[in-house]
Amino acid sequence: MAKSKIIDTDSFRRTVNRLAHEVVERNKGTENLAIVGIRTRGEHLARRLAQKIEEIEGKSVQIGILDITLYRDDLRGRLDQPQLKSTEILFDVTGKVIVLVDDVLFTGRTIRSALNALTDLGRPALIELLVLIDRGHRELPIKADFIGKNIPTSVKQEIKVMMIETDSEDGVYLIDTDNDEKEMSR
Amino acid sequence: MKLTSRHLLGLEGMSREEIALILDTAVSFREILDRPIKKVPPLQGKTVVNLFFESSTRTRISFELAERRLSADVVSFSTAASSVSKGETLKDTARNIEAMKIDMVVIRHAAAGSSHFLSRVVDANVINAGDGGHEHPTQGLLDMYTLREKFGKLEGLRVCIVGDITHSRVARSNIYGLSTMGAHVSVCGPATLIPRDLEQLGVKVYHRLEDIIPEVDALNVLRIQLERQKSGLFPSLREYHRFFGVTKEKVSKAPGPITIMHPGPINRDVELSADLADSEHSVILQQVTNGVAIRMAVLYLLGTSN
Repeated sequence: MAKSKIIDTDSFRRTVNRLAHEVVERNKGTENLAIVGIRTRGEHLARRLAQKIEEIEGKSVQIGILDITLYRDDLRGRLDQPQLKSTEILFDVTGKVIVLVDDVLFTGRTIRSALNALTDLGRPALIELLVLIDRGHRELPIKADFIGKNIPTSVKQEIKVMMIETDSEDGVYLIDTDNDEKEMSR
Repeated sequence: MKLTSRHLLGLEGMSREEIALILDTAVSFREILDRPIKKVPPLQGKTVVNLFFESSTRTRISFELAERRLSADVVSFSTAASSVSKGETLKDTARNIEAMKIDMVVIRHAAAGSSHFLSRVVDANVINAGDGGHEHPTQGLLDMYTLREKFGKLEGLRVCIVGDITHSRVARSNIYGLSTMGAHVSVCGPATLIPRDLEQLGVKVYHRLEDIIPEVDALNVLRIQLERQKSGLFPSLREYHRFFGVTKEKVSKAPGPITIMHPGPINRDVELSADLADSEHSVILQQVTNGVAIRMAVLYLLGTSN
């Protein structure tokens, strides 16, 4: 299994900073803005972005955490049952501009689930998608608005995002596997 | 982590990890109940049949709500309106329902062991919603959930179950579940309504409320089944109330506040005084809300595992 580092700690930080700037630029500030991270690494990424945006704009942004387990389209086909965790969105999403955050964009199925989960909570004015890595191989018509880095991959490869909140460091690795089956990024 | 059985027949023999998994999963569903849209899709396309051979309002509605909130298709029937009144056996009823391609069965029946029997004759997941005097696992689970919500843990908690223990499936499920989770369980009631070998389960037996009240964190007060009075197990409701009715006055002898639980429906001022049932220390309505979350968790865990 070959493993190569494609983003190190410093460029990880710069990428998150750039993404935060892009979000406030596109949305002309933080008015009506809320950031929703998809468990688990999307949640950590959302917190980092919110902190950075607060530094840039001097205003705090609301954060929510989305658990998409109940909305997965592979819930019944799996042998291992994913642990259900809580969705923690304490504000009303109706009328808000929601920046949906995940670490890796791959088939798009996670985002499809997240969109259904979000719209079951209310009717946001706008939903934007922010991902740290876009690795291609979409199976649904989904496209990100903010992308940390585009990394063309083969389906045999795996992208591993490490974040200090759950792992030993901040960084992104590209891993070659012998696995012919598609590995879901989550 | 998943449940080892395809069915939920009782809490006896269930591991600590399994019970914790159900309680933890229920926390997520409890949050959904506070949303404006209380519906999620994990059981889409699954069909659940509620077989209630014994009357029940609360449990049936609670199961139906839980099923619908998980997007399952639901069919319910109760004895009076079914072919059971025409003499069909449980096995035939089950086989016929199964022939209609259903995925899960929730059963309430007056015979102990009926859900075990059903689980052997049908392919569907079976959930016991009360089988005679045996078990009522979802009630035991929602009682534990409510206690954990209130006290933050079950380990070391002192819980006394008051009333007719012999005929109570709620008591049995609570005893098995709470003991597994490390709580100290005791029972209190007239000697005629407490099974003789109960102490073998590690349960302390009391016959005077005054003896146990100073030593508990919570009282789970059982409904006195009025129909039992005819069998002479206790002399009169008045006497029962005097000795075993939980009242504000008796509870005031405790050093601190005691949490009051009741599986419902309450005979006010028989087993539990009305003022206490409506007091700030009563969690009776929380039990009802949590019941929906617990049933959603059980249905979800059984319905989505392969």
